[in-house]
Amino acid sequence: MTATPTTPAGTAAKRPPRRLTTPQTSVLYDAPGPRAKRITLVASVVIGIAIIAGAWLFVIEPLRDKGQFSAELWGPLIDPSNASFTLLWQRLGQGAQATLAAAVLSILSSLIFGTLLAVVRIQLKELAQRRYVGLPAPAALVLRALTWVLNVVTRVCVEIFRGLPVVITIFFVGRGLPGFGLDFSNPLWYLVIGLTIYNMVVIAEILRSGMEGLPIGQREAAASIGLTPTQTTRLVLLPQAFRIMLPALISQLVVVLKDTSLAFIISYEELLNVAKQATQLLHNPIQLYFVVGLFFILVNYSLSKLAGYVQRRLSRRGSSISASEDAATTEAVAVPGSVT
Amino acid sequence: MNVLVDRFDVFAGGFWLTLQICILAGIGALLIGTIMAVLRISPVAPLRAVGTAYVTVFRNVPLTVVLFFSAFGLPALGSNARFLDVPGLNVVFSRLGTDLPYFRFAVLGLCLYTGAFVCEALRSGVNAVAPGQAEAARAIGLTFTQSLRYVILPQAWKSAVVPLGSVIIAMIKNSALAGFFGVVGDLSQTADSLVSADGLPLIPVFIGISIGYLIMTVPLGILLDRVERRVATR
Repeated sequence: MTATPTTPAGTAAKRPPRRLTTPQTSVLYDAPGPRAKRITLVASVVIGIAIIAGAWLFVIEPLRDKGQFSAELWGPLIDPSNASFTLLWQRLGQGAQATLAAAVLSILSSLIFGTLLAVVRIQLKELAQRRYVGLPAPAALVLRALTWVLNVVTRVCVEIFRGLPVVITIFFVGRGLPGFGLDFSNPLWYLVIGLTIYNMVVIAEILRSGMEGLPIGQREAAASIGLTPTQTTRLVLLPQAFRIMLPALISQLVVVLKDTSLAFIISYEELLNVAKQATQLLHNPIQLYFVVGLFFILVNYSLSKLAGYVQRRLSRRGSSISASEDAATTEAVAVPGSVT
Repeated sequence: MNVLVDRFDVFAGGFWLTLQICILAGIGALLIGTIMAVLRISPVAPLRAVGTAYVTVFRNVPLTVVLFFSAFGLPALGSNARFLDVPGLNVVFSRLGTDLPYFRFAVLGLCLYTGAFVCEALRSGVNAVAPGQAEAARAIGLTFTQSLRYVILPQAWKSAVVPLGSVIIAMIKNSALAGFFGVVGDLSQTADSLVSADGLPLIPVFIGISIGYLIMTVPLGILLDRVERRVATR
């Protein structure tokens, strides 16, 4: 890393307009002066050539030596006249469809159940503070004990399912549910249930921290115009939490999409599993998985871009929201498991 | 529940192996992530491009694919990941030196995958430091290394520690995949073999395996909550 020297005093006068035209890429460096620019340019060229040479020597050459670029291995994927071409892409298309279907179903159900769980947890937290003044003492005690127990149960469930690997959840859902009479002929549902259990907990935590991050005035204002706690959550807190947490929610969708690839444990035929089966006939695992990887990168990259776009759109709107938004999104990053 | 007591050594062995994978992969991921973060914030465009490409690829590809490439792609290239068999390290982590290379492949794949997330956590930490801080540091005449050492890195660390913690927790959970890629004897492979091969009842095995993972993830999560609250109030 070349340390950019601080600009000499002569160029300091030019600095403000330049800062406006090129937004600072990093906090670390001052806007480069002519000398620093020259050094950076030379370093860029030299290092760029070095990187290309390194990639050639250590990746391309060994791959070619092992014959990984041969038409025999790539043919089924890129040559339409190849005997397996049509069938392979048909199968891969089905696999991609199955992946997307599982992802969409899991996302929808985890959003629904996650929202419910978040609402329940927020309500329970509020109920825990109620003293039930109008009721006779034993009844009030029973009610308070009940909310306490429910509070603890939901909390423990959240901690357990957030702390378990998704693979383990899916594995035990796939093996365990048939024993409880839930025997699906399509393994898709085991995958959806397993993914939902994990992701609904994560989404619930994202939404909950979003609701708790809202200024207390929101709740007070809702109470003062006579809304019940349920109405407050539904009409005031939840919509705001959704909007603030949209970027975090979208990045969780990326996680769900990636996690559909765990379906190989319960032999659901999604993209990766299809590719795995194809390698047994075609013997070109590196090429096939390269294509599969590309598919995931394309879809997930566009999802992340969407998240970035949404975040920019949201931060442009009203400054009163963006203040609490900063607090809320940093909290969202802290939700363990929101990055997988 | 007898299963838990009878097979305690199996569960404990699985826990120990998973812990080994996590420790090694954690160290590796922190190293790779730091290098990549330095590349991504360097002023030299090709280096930035390398860092960005690395993060884009490894963040968007499922870990399953990454593990596949390290478990089947590396041998196809004739490498057995022998470079991980570091003298000294292989005394504590004896699996590093065994003939079955899958432990090394799993550690390598997990390192590469988690490294991308570590890089992003560190980079977001550095970017969270207000530019005015660095400008003030330069204004009072601190050199580049001094401003890094005394002004930028302490603040960057503060906002990076919580995301880093969640990355490590996610990595521990991701390590479960290793058992399905040829690593014999870790917690998830133990679950599979106890249920599929030994035909033990599902629920006790599930409880045993869950405890193994929760021992690692829940205390870390609670610790992280504490740290987060402390960082936020300061």
